[in-house]
Amino acid sequence: MVKHFFDLSTLKSTWDQVSSAFWQRYPNPFSKHVLTEDVIYREVTSDNKLVSRRLFTKTNRLPRWGGMVFPANLAQSVFVIEDSVVDLQNRTFTTLTWNVNHTRLMEFGLARFRRNQLKATEGFEYILSHLQGELPPKTLKETAKEATEKAKGTALAATEKAKDLASKAAPQKAKQFV
Amino acid sequence: MNSVGTECLELKRGYDLCFNRWFAEKFLKGERSADPCSELFKQYQECVKKAIKEKEIPIEGLEFMGSKREKPHGNAGSS
Repeated sequence: MVKHFFDLSTLKSTWDQVSSAFWQRYPNPFSKHVLTEDVIYREVTSDNKLVSRRLFTKTNRLPRWGGMVFPANLAQSVFVIEDSVVDLQNRTFTTLTWNVNHTRLMEFGLARFRRNQLKATEGFEYILSHLQGELPPKTLKETAKEATEKAKGTALAATEKAKDLASKAAPQKAKQFV
Repeated sequence: MNSVGTECLELKRGYDLCFNRWFAEKFLKGERSADPCSELFKQYQECVKKAIKEKEIPIEGLEFMGSKREKPHGNAGSS
């Protein structure tokens, strides 16, 4: 059973800044559960899109009694794959993230998953503001819509998609669907 | 950030630095110059792929962007 998570938040940054920050969002104060990050595939296509695949390992923080029901889960980390396409021409940054193990989800874990998604947003905003301190000042604000995160299989699904709505002086928005 | 292969950390750092610079200064500006990071990437990949194999992380045969059966704009809130 696939579940989708939705959230709408505002990022006060340009598309360029968000795109650059995406690669640098770990580590951040909200990401202690993310243990490793690796690029395992990357290519610039003939139509000048950047295609990447990254592998993350994250801690598997099951509650105590969950460990008694699923002892194997306690031992192993969660492996997460993140695929992405950066389309410079259309100024879209599309990502899909899902875990390749621990895909069975217990209902009580839904609330914690929501909190983690919100933390991911907080972490990303933290890095954005941190990086902006080092970049030339920009007064232009752009709008990005529909950042959604989706996970496959029987686990909770979340789809991430950020899209830039050209150079309008409106705040940038990122959506995650729940 | 750490790498999944602890021995790959230096290679990862070197590549990440190169990539982030190239991404911001070249790619985002539409400059199609030759990739300055390809050698660094090659060495980093050799190391990390070896670590993934040793740890038996199941990343083989995964379609890019996941299953084609589900469209990106799925039903919000569906289960």
